[in-house]
Amino acid sequence: MKSAIIMEGIKKRYGKGATAVDALQGVDMAVYSGEVIGLIGASGSGKTTLLQCIGAIIDPTAGRIELGGEVIFDNRWLIKDVRKLRRDKIGFMFQAPYLIPFLTNIENVALPMLLAGQPYEQARLRAMELLTTLDIAGKAEFKAYQLSGGQAQRVSIARALANNPPVILADEPTAPLDGHRSLAVISLLNELAQQYGTAIIVVTHDEVVIPTFKRIYRIRDGLVNEEKGEGRSICN
Amino acid sequence: MLTGMVLGLLIAATITMFGMYRGTITDALSLPSTSGADIWVVQENTLGPYAEASSLYADECRGLAGFPGVAEVSNLINFSRQVQRGDDDVRVTIVGYEDGKMGQPINIIAGRTIIKSKYEAVADIRSGFKVGDKIQIKGDDYTIVGLTELMVSSAGDPALFIRLKDAQEVQFKKDNTSIYSDRNRNNATDNNEISKYKTNAILVKVAPGWDVNQVAANIKQWKHFEAYTYPEMENLLLSKIIDKAAKQLAIFLVILQTVSAAIVALLIYTMTMGKLKEIAVLKLIGASNHLITMMILQEAWGIGVIGYMIGLVVSILWVPIFPRHVAYSTDIRVLSFVLTMGICSLASIISIRAAMKVEPAAAIGG
Repeated sequence: MKSAIIMEGIKKRYGKGATAVDALQGVDMAVYSGEVIGLIGASGSGKTTLLQCIGAIIDPTAGRIELGGEVIFDNRWLIKDVRKLRRDKIGFMFQAPYLIPFLTNIENVALPMLLAGQPYEQARLRAMELLTTLDIAGKAEFKAYQLSGGQAQRVSIARALANNPPVILADEPTAPLDGHRSLAVISLLNELAQQYGTAIIVVTHDEVVIPTFKRIYRIRDGLVNEEKGEGRSICN
Repeated sequence: MLTGMVLGLLIAATITMFGMYRGTITDALSLPSTSGADIWVVQENTLGPYAEASSLYADECRGLAGFPGVAEVSNLINFSRQVQRGDDDVRVTIVGYEDGKMGQPINIIAGRTIIKSKYEAVADIRSGFKVGDKIQIKGDDYTIVGLTELMVSSAGDPALFIRLKDAQEVQFKKDNTSIYSDRNRNNATDNNEISKYKTNAILVKVAPGWDVNQVAANIKQWKHFEAYTYPEMENLLLSKIIDKAAKQLAIFLVILQTVSAAIVALLIYTMTMGKLKEIAVLKLIGASNHLITMMILQEAWGIGVIGYMIGLVVSILWVPIFPRHVAYSTDIRVLSFVLTMGICSLASIISIRAAMKVEPAAAIGG
């Protein structure tokens, strides 16, 4: 399998001197194209810090990150424009959809492509294609605030896939959903991972969805352990 | 929309206040600016017919007519008085003018000008009079034969134009009770004859090619008169007569604009604070600070445009109920729009600063 992201010895220290906190103490992990893995751990274990390091939102203190075969961090960022890296190579999903309320759904999905400089019509075509894949094309011209929670989350998945990134970081994407809908989202992410060859890292506390992962990274005190997941199949 | 409506009412008040400020100035200048005079000759040490009582002999006109550089002269009476219409009384500024000369009513929008030698009047429409109305001034009945528009005194009293001789009698002629009273006090002089010789001001038109200031200076030297040129009269009215009222309106206008700015700033700031996560997400997916700034500005401008449209409609609806002239011209509307957009832009600064401080990391985690 082709690796989408490889991390070696990732450390993150907040603060200096006696008050310094080592949030990550040398994380090693690898995620492959087309797989969905779970990143689980208690509150304060370092999940969010790790996600922010992978997502090039904060600077790791040390370590090495390889994204899509390209080394992007080796004790320092090796790329000039971190914002461009985030925009083009990483998709994000959040606890809530956080769609832009005054834009239509198709505009919300097209936005990352427009920010990347794609022509408007091309971005709209791709956005409509993604909304069709996610079975929500009928709501394309609705404003974001006119959707239900599940529908809005699907639009946010489409937005995460917009620039066809090798990695999607999903921060507790099922938190606001009930058990049935949570499983539906995970099922959808599995399908999309295989369809688009995207590696999806799902941070979750959700006991309903944890058994569905084939691989799990459990984080505790800034260190991760790889565990074999149950890989339970999801009945739609 | 509710935000726009609240702002709209504030903008309506601002536009109206602008109009009142401008109206106060145009009202003050309406009679002098339409009189056709270059110089107002009045009693020494007085501020002239529109600002202070002035009394001089009407036959000085003849002497002034032959003065070098003078093309035309005309007597003018100007004073305020209550006039009766049925059971009502209305405060007006009576303007007495000589037929065919300077100071006569212009802007006649209904009826005609005065053609009879006595007891006809032309009133400004703000008096509430109609063509054909009978009014009573000092016991005599006058018929309203025409209506003017925007002919008012600096106090906002509508002008009532009558013939000079009628006005002289109203202002100077004593009634029987006064004559009787004077006689009892051994002041036996019958001053009724003097009424036809008095006037408040003499309007002077300067001949082409003559310097108005020089002619006015020469008139002052010639006799013990005051002679005001139009710029002097304008300055006198604006700086001495309506100065306090205009300043009061201007200060209130500034306060209103400041309150509007504070309210818009608060509205936009509250709206921005409610979207911090969305702003963080936008930053996370690669939106530039410029794009986010423009989005906040567009939101502020949108509120401004909605507020302005509502304000414009509301002000159009309520302006007619104001008793004084509200000068509601296109330039005031344009200026109000520019000010509204400027205030909205300024009010966005705090929100933009708050948005710039949002880190993309805020999108991830609780």
